[in-house]
Amino acid sequence: MATIELQKVEKRFGDFQAVKPMDLTIHDGEFVVLLGPSGCGKTTTLRMISGLEAVTSGTILLDGRNVTWLHPSERDIAFVFQLYALYPHISVRDNIAFPLRAQGESKETIEKRVKEVVDLLQIGHLLDARPGKLSGGDQQRVALARALVRRPAAFLMDEPLGALDADFRESMRAEIKQLHIDQHATTVYVTHDQVEAMAMGDRIVVMSDAEIQQIGTPSEVYYKPANVFVARFIGSPGMNLARGHYSEGRVRLKGQNNVYAVPDDWQQALGKALGGSGDVLVGFRPEAARISADGPIAGEVYATELQGAYVMLYININEDEIIHIRAERIHQHQIGDTVRFDIDPRMVRFFDPASERAITREAAQ
Amino acid sequence: MATFYETGPGYPVTESIRVDRVSPTARRIHAVRAFVVLVFAIITLIPVFVMGITAFKSRADVVSVPPKIIFKPTLEGFVFLFTERAVVSKVRLPEFQKKAEAGELSLFERIALNTGQEITGPSDYVDRLKNSLIIAGISTILSVGLGLFAAYAFSRFPIGGKDDLLFFILSTRMLPPVVVTIPLFLMYRQLGLHDSHLGMILLYTVFNLSLSVWLLKGFIDEIPIEYEEAALVDGYTRFQAFYKIVLPQAVTGIAATTVFCLIFAWNEYAFALMLTSDDARTAPPSIATMLGRGGIEWSAIAAGSLGFLIPVVIVTFALRNYLLRGVTFGAIRR
Ligand SMILES: Nc1ncnc2c1ncn2[C@@H]1O[C@H](COP(=O)(O)OP(=O)(O)OP(=O)(O)O)[C@@H](O)[C@H]1O
Ligand SMILES: [Mg+2]
Repeated sequence: MATIELQKVEKRFGDFQAVKPMDLTIHDGEFVVLLGPSGCGKTTTLRMISGLEAVTSGTILLDGRNVTWLHPSERDIAFVFQLYALYPHISVRDNIAFPLRAQGESKETIEKRVKEVVDLLQIGHLLDARPGKLSGGDQQRVALARALVRRPAAFLMDEPLGALDADFRESMRAEIKQLHIDQHATTVYVTHDQVEAMAMGDRIVVMSDAEIQQIGTPSEVYYKPANVFVARFIGSPGMNLARGHYSEGRVRLKGQNNVYAVPDDWQQALGKALGGSGDVLVGFRPEAARISADGPIAGEVYATELQGAYVMLYININEDEIIHIRAERIHQHQIGDTVRFDIDPRMVRFFDPASERAITREAAQ
Repeated sequence: MATFYETGPGYPVTESIRVDRVSPTARRIHAVRAFVVLVFAIITLIPVFVMGITAFKSRADVVSVPPKIIFKPTLEGFVFLFTERAVVSKVRLPEFQKKAEAGELSLFERIALNTGQEITGPSDYVDRLKNSLIIAGISTILSVGLGLFAAYAFSRFPIGGKDDLLFFILSTRMLPPVVVTIPLFLMYRQLGLHDSHLGMILLYTVFNLSLSVWLLKGFIDEIPIEYEEAALVDGYTRFQAFYKIVLPQAVTGIAATTVFCLIFAWNEYAFALMLTSDDARTAPPSIATMLGRGGIEWSAIAAGSLGFLIPVVIVTFALRNYLLRGVTFGAIRR
């Protein structure tokens, strides 16, 4: 197993910047998820690590060894493609054995290793079929088997569950995660599905616009987003960001007469970041809002959505500012009702609207 | 009366077929279509059939009017095709007949004797056929082989001026052979390539290369690049990935291209007529020149054409499984 280190790795296609210089260290045995919207450069990053795409500049280290210009076959990295790329003209057995043949393993070794992964993934009954005849989930398992059989230094997976239907994705997600726990293999996993990222990643690398927005554990990117993009992107719906003006321990929200008293432990940070007073975004997750008759913020119910155990309220706190609040089902809210709420002081966050970066208490110390 | 649309066909449909194709009218139309295709096939095959029976007819039967369908088959045509003969003089005739009765004559000699001739040596048709095999065979292998590598490069690598190059390659096909034969003739004479196997192999290879590059590029474009990339990260070199992954998947395309190239090189007439005279002369012009010698030996010509057909038929038949998929140009792969 191995550590993967990217130092100022960058990729341009002509004038187009697909990946801006990025630094990233993936530790031994870690499961890191690259998460971001379509076209943000996730696949390109993965392809650079595998050597299928040459870097424009920067260095890639594998266990401290500089592999930047090494041929893909010399990197000892396995790649699981989104569409599996199982060779259609040979059987499942030969597909799985294919990487071992490249290493010139003996017949007995190949047979033994193939049997091991096949047992692990429970695909013994598929060995003689052609890949084209298999269901999506089985193809996925075969692709995983082909990657696992090599015992490579690291796994790269590009949206491996992207082609499966929702139900199946969930169970495969668990399977892959379980495999990782068993094997403890360094894994870089690409997805644009944040639920998948949250469920699987030891750490998540949030990407957008060809650069890293934040690196952190699932709870860090969820509770402490580094900037407005991450706050909005993570969670469904994303974090509420109410526009307002800060001065003297209070935020006056745009529009109606809503004044939010900033918790004491935030006042110093806000004052310092905004130079005394200034515009600010108040961020809170839907579940951080607490409905109460004497809550400081008021708004009108715009729409309601039943989501199983709770109700998602769409609340208009300003002419065109809709926020989401998670409410218990026992409360009956009709469209047009006025709702008052408070924000859990442990879960409130603040952002500078100019730089779009989070204001942190650590920075104020 | 209830129509088909209300009652259905009245029997369980157990084949994969669209709803409206099951109706009696659709079935009838289908039968008519099948009949038309059959008639067309028969019309197409009539010349081949006539050629086939003509090859086995005697001199008298060949020219009889109306043409005979039922006749006594003879190998006369083949004897004329494969041998040089001379008329046996009246003086020597009894001597030959004695030999024939004693069983000292071969089958061909006896047939020749029936027409009053003796065999003086082999004709050059066999050499011509051999030339055709060598030239068409080697040039086909070369053009498909080179074309495969070129097509792979065009399909997978960023090559400067790719489109212009591809167009240039295609443009070699745009001139009709008659236009280029004279300059080629002069060039070949200077270079000593006139009437040589090498010259004809080169010419047919170049001519077929455009076809094979274009055809094969289409087939290789169809193979997703992920397969090779998977092989690369699995520890294979690019060349290994090419022959372990691309080659097996391009096999239908290779088969189709091979047949097309072979048929062209095998049938080519104009260049062969102008650029060869003896050593490297191929079958098509030599069959045509048989027309000229004395009386027209129709059965020999038919026999020659029949022998000429056989290699292409064998190759096409051997590759038929790939061709069925290949000639649709990858449209229904997978
Ligand atoms: N070979 C290439 N040539 C030119 N541009 C490319 C190439 N490959 C990718 N790009 C561009 O680089 C950008 C990043 O692509 P990339 O495939 O890395 O995105 P992604 O994050 O994987 O997106 P998705 O979620 O859609 O797969 C895209 O805008 C894409 O159009
Ligand atoms: Mg991608």
